[in-house]
Amino acid sequence: MAIPDTVPGLGISWNDVLFLVLAAVLLGSSLLVVTLRDIIRCGLALIAAFGALAGIYVMLGAPFVAAAQVIVYIGAIAVLILFAVMLTQAKNAPTRLVFQTQAIPAAIAAIALAVIVALTVTATDWGEVGSRIATATDALARLLFNEYILPFEVVSVLLLAAVIGGVFLAKREDRDA
Amino acid sequence: MSQSLDAYLVLSGILFAIGTFGFLARRNAISMLMSIELMLNAVNLTIVAFGAFIPDLNVDASVIALMVMAVAAAEATVGLAIVMAIYRNRRTPLVDEYDAMRQ
Repeated sequence: MAIPDTVPGLGISWNDVLFLVLAAVLLGSSLLVVTLRDIIRCGLALIAAFGALAGIYVMLGAPFVAAAQVIVYIGAIAVLILFAVMLTQAKNAPTRLVFQTQAIPAAIAAIALAVIVALTVTATDWGEVGSRIATATDALARLLFNEYILPFEVVSVLLLAAVIGGVFLAKREDRDA
Repeated sequence: MSQSLDAYLVLSGILFAIGTFGFLARRNAISMLMSIELMLNAVNLTIVAFGAFIPDLNVDASVIALMVMAVAAAEATVGLAIVMAIYRNRRTPLVDEYDAMRQ
């Protein structure tokens, strides 16, 4: 049995359905990240947002970036954030107020930012926009290790510096104990 | 819709705005770092979307997105270490109680 090109009854393509579902998951879980009261749940919603974004990268034809998204963001950064949450949330920590007093102006500013970005994007002619093309991973590797070799090395030095700085900042001082 | 650059750019703009709101409005320092991660992800989505639709940028965009991810990892490491260091001194993760320089 052949799968039809468009969704029966709706007339939109499967790719659009997938994009809409992933975008809804991404925006919904991002909203949960910034609004939930329990910060552990914020961290779990953040993982859902990262996963949906990895799906969107696959739709955009960048599978290597999607894999790196899953490994780096879900595997490393989200776990790091969850560890920090567990280390800093005392049981008697006041959680009455989630937001600062400037939450309403911040919401207005954020909505204005979204509207301005959307208007600008739709009003701009992006020039020679082709149809979606996939990225070949071997071409990516060739470019990364030839033309971009200097930024690659600089980033590795930056990561080393961040590791050393993180250990130095987070280590317990003796007189503190 | 999934074949147009505008849809991805608008999605990325909304994600960035959500991150901005979280950074400005949340009281918890770790929530603010999560919001920064959301904003970095929105920028990465923009880069990858341009790479997918503009042939000249196709491979370069993926390379730049990977660089952004590495820098985001470094930022999360140092940011969380700073939050931990402040937490050891002040015993609170709430940023509006970090008022030592105001007194």
